Amino acid sequence: MSLNYMTPAFIIERDKDRCIDCQVCVRQCANEAHKWDEEEQKVYSEDANCVNCHRCVVMCPTRALSVRRFPLEFRYNANWTPETIRAIYLQAETGGVLLTGMGNDRPYPIYWDHMLLNASQVTNPSIDPLREPMELKTYLGRKPDFLKIKNGKLLEDIPPQLELDVPIMFSAMSFGSISLNAHKSLAAAAQQVGTYWNTGEGGLHRDLVQYGDHTIVQVASGRFGINPDYLKAGAAIEIKIGQGAKPGIGGHLPGEKVGEEVSKTRMIPLGTDALSPAPHHDIYSIEDLRQLIYSLKEATEYQKPVFVKIAAVHNVAAIASGIVRAGADVVVIDGYRGGTGAAPLRTRDSVGIPIEFALAAVDTRLREEGIRNKASLVIGGSIRNSTDIVKAIALGADAVYIGTGALIALGCHLCQKCYTGKCNWGIATQDPQLYKRLNPEIGAERAANLLKAWAHEIEELLGGMGINALESLRGNRLMLRGIGLTDRELNILGIKAAGE
Amino acid sequence: MNYVIIGNSAAAIGAVEGIRQVDKTNPIVLISDEPYHTYSRPLISYYLAGKVAEDKMLYRKHDFYEKNKVTTMLGTKVVAVDTGNKEVVLENDEKVPYDKLLIATGSVPFIPPMAGLDKNNVFTFIKMDDIKAIKEVVMVGNKAVIIGAGLIGLKAAEGLTNLGVDVTVVELANRVLPAILDEDAAGIVQAHLEKQGIKFELNTSVEAITGSEKVEGVSLKNGKSYAADIVVVAVGVRPNTEIVKDSQIAVSRGIVINDYCQTSIDDVYAAGDVTEGYDIVYAQQRVLPILPNAYNQGETAGLNMAGKISIFNGGFAMNSIGFFGLPMITAGIIKSEDENYEVLVKSVPEQGYYKKIILKDNVVVGYIYLNKVDRAGIVTSLIKDKINVADFKEVLLKDGFGYIDLPQELRKSRLLRGGIA
Amino acid sequence: MKRVYAREEYCVGCKLCEIHCIAAHSKYKNDLIKTFKKDTNPPVSRILVEENKPVSFALQCRHCDDAPCTKACIVGAMQKDPETGIVTNEEDRCVGCWTCILVCPYGAIQRDERGHKVASKCDLCSENGKVPACVEHCPNRALEYGEEPFYLAKGK
Repeated sequence: MSLNYMTPAFIIERDKDRCIDCQVCVRQCANEAHKWDEEEQKVYSEDANCVNCHRCVVMCPTRALSVRRFPLEFRYNANWTPETIRAIYLQAETGGVLLTGMGNDRPYPIYWDHMLLNASQVTNPSIDPLREPMELKTYLGRKPDFLKIKNGKLLEDIPPQLELDVPIMFSAMSFGSISLNAHKSLAAAAQQVGTYWNTGEGGLHRDLVQYGDHTIVQVASGRFGINPDYLKAGAAIEIKIGQGAKPGIGGHLPGEKVGEEVSKTRMIPLGTDALSPAPHHDIYSIEDLRQLIYSLKEATEYQKPVFVKIAAVHNVAAIASGIVRAGADVVVIDGYRGGTGAAPLRTRDSVGIPIEFALAAVDTRLREEGIRNKASLVIGGSIRNSTDIVKAIALGADAVYIGTGALIALGCHLCQKCYTGKCNWGIATQDPQLYKRLNPEIGAERAANLLKAWAHEIEELLGGMGINALESLRGNRLMLRGIGLTDRELNILGIKAAGE
Repeated sequence: MNYVIIGNSAAAIGAVEGIRQVDKTNPIVLISDEPYHTYSRPLISYYLAGKVAEDKMLYRKHDFYEKNKVTTMLGTKVVAVDTGNKEVVLENDEKVPYDKLLIATGSVPFIPPMAGLDKNNVFTFIKMDDIKAIKEVVMVGNKAVIIGAGLIGLKAAEGLTNLGVDVTVVELANRVLPAILDEDAAGIVQAHLEKQGIKFELNTSVEAITGSEKVEGVSLKNGKSYAADIVVVAVGVRPNTEIVKDSQIAVSRGIVINDYCQTSIDDVYAAGDVTEGYDIVYAQQRVLPILPNAYNQGETAGLNMAGKISIFNGGFAMNSIGFFGLPMITAGIIKSEDENYEVLVKSVPEQGYYKKIILKDNVVVGYIYLNKVDRAGIVTSLIKDKINVADFKEVLLKDGFGYIDLPQELRKSRLLRGGIA
Repeated sequence: MKRVYAREEYCVGCKLCEIHCIAAHSKYKNDLIKTFKKDTNPPVSRILVEENKPVSFALQCRHCDDAPCTKACIVGAMQKDPETGIVTNEEDRCVGCWTCILVCPYGAIQRDERGHKVASKCDLCSENGKVPACVEHCPNRALEYGEEPFYLAKGK
């Protein structure tokens, strides 16, 4: 044995005047941060095990618990921060890659917060959404260059479109990375609100086929769970090239998470690791991508729009142009703050670019090339609230994906320990003792409530700008002004500075 | 329609409640030789020990007869049933006509022949009047001999001990509570009772009760003799079939009834200790003098009398009793009768803890729980529903055996119902 | 009648139902801290969480239509209310003979031996006339209070 240099990250504070030793915390902590002392007949804490997920704090019936950062400090050093030092201790001990969950948490600028929205005053009066109809309806898919109409009727069929009642969808999270109850929650919420959820690369569980009209089925590099029935079960197909949290990296679902249901759904043997390669081994060019897009369209008789999702990387605009030309109906760009169930820490924190820039660059590029109508543009990667959405749409997005936000609605407290499989909220786990904590009826209600609440807020903001249909805001960058941004940043975003 | 009920205990009350579920108006006449409002027979030992006051002995509240429109004839003895004329004959030769009759006359003490039974201070122990009589003579420091170590005998022993009486119990069998306990469990119970100062003479019986006018002692067949101020005869009970002996109503050991609690004669029903009903564990007609059985039969009889066809498909022996803080629950067959029975046992005698389950063909047919009696009813229900326990036999004895241990299908089908009774 | 139905697939085994049941029947009515800190002898829980990980569920009196405890009770203390259907034990008449425990097919009756021995059982919090405390405080809707089981109510 040798000395372990790791010290607790958090300290559990138990108000002894309020604690009734009922052991709810003991029963609820999968990390065993709370324990029962049989001899003393008392509850005590094992601070080192605490991940600060708040499960105990929220469940405690007498509000006796709180969790703080462990007070131990290193000598102040602006360069060698405590995180940096602890990471070295850990790697010196394990020799392994640092793993983490959820999105990039580094203090990079958040460009959404450097953009301000317009409002109508005197001219072009504002609209009260409580009194007047507001339209948030959005159609995703390829739009024709022009419409041929004869006798008031369209002469040609419009390519397949997804109809969204709100411009918000749930982004791809696989069954395996999250629980079946989380999937059920999101699927039911999508159906209720009139939008879509995404299977991620893990197949579609048989219980969820009933939500097919509101499901986007994903095809990724591991091709797990894919067959013609799966492709036809969804309303749209998404080819995943990359994701914002770990661009350039594949996925790895450890065998212990591959239980019976995951195994059946992914069509892989029980208990085996599910490895998604970093690239699609059949895609080395835009032409190769086009082949896959058209294979999927063939398989589904050109009835379903095909999405292609990439991470926001340096030359995202050119890649997006290629994707559109390859025949994608929807291009999805995932920013560097996008979440994940597990990613190498260094990749998560240092690879990719902000979604705000990527979005502006892609929209601008597609317009310049005259192909913006050929595909819809969906973005994700840390959409946190309804103003982020309004700003994204003004910058040129057709709709947004939310992943982290949706999970927070289900109870996620962003402890970033998804990769351990011990999610105390029943979300990022396949442990039957834990996933039953997420009752999908409650989950669906909460996720649906979030979308409804944001939709209301979007209507309010639109009304303030004197706009009564979301379509009129799309790409309307005049509704945005930058604050605290350099000329270069304003230029990339294609917006004026506040006061201009 | 005119209902007549003979009796005033659990079966009779069950019948009143059964009739009134269906028929709210037609008259009910209830005749009992005891002069009291319905009271709980099992409480008499509590009453003797002063643990329950007389007014708390009521089996139903004071307004029970009034609320249920029952005309009572309390303190009135029925001597015969004339099924030809459809009337009951009272001691004073008066006749009470009936359209539907329930006989719920209960049981009477069985008194084996022995010399000296006629002496003063020889008591039985099943009715209120028995206790009142004992209360009148008993004094602290008295000596009492109780003949019989069954449920009644030991309850009498407990009650008298609590009054400061020095008690000796004489039992013909080799153990206490022979009807409901096996030797091991009986040993634990006996040791517990001995700690309270009760003495036992097993494997013997009383030859004679001695004394001149009053009891002075008993002499036993094993040659011993004991001084005694009081003797309680509690050897057992037998169905009180006296009033039907000259009628056409079929009687075996008790009045024979079918699943509808009908006797062999139309419009005459019987329920409770006086009957011989179907025992589902033994799969034969048996006298089952226990209160739950009496109530259920009474209620079934009542429902049928009022025209709602109802079945009581049989009971089985079951008892919950306790002595000086040692509770025990037993049911069904408590000793293996041949090699077809399988016996599961867990015993910690020093903690007074004993658990035994008897199976036949993977179905529970009986059990004994000593001390830790919690949730015993789950096992009772396994007997009643004849559940095949082959898949979960090994957990039956587990501490805290519960629904979690039942197969999921059985568990869910029971829990999702409003009540399986 | 309205009953409490447990949904074991969502029971998280926290036992908050037991804790709130105890408090609801304590002399400090629903005050958890006082119930557990000041009452040196708090009541027994009338609801019981059974657990064999990962399965758990809460179980309490089913208020049977044809309740065997009411028929077996030797003193007539256990009664089913003909209007509400709630089975309650009149504790001052109960003598703690445990015959109800002998016949309850659910094992849902507890011994309360704090003072005068009495059988203790779920009363559906009928005194406060609201949703039973266990249902109200279940954090995951694993207990539902309704006329019929959830799966019938939801047409599944």
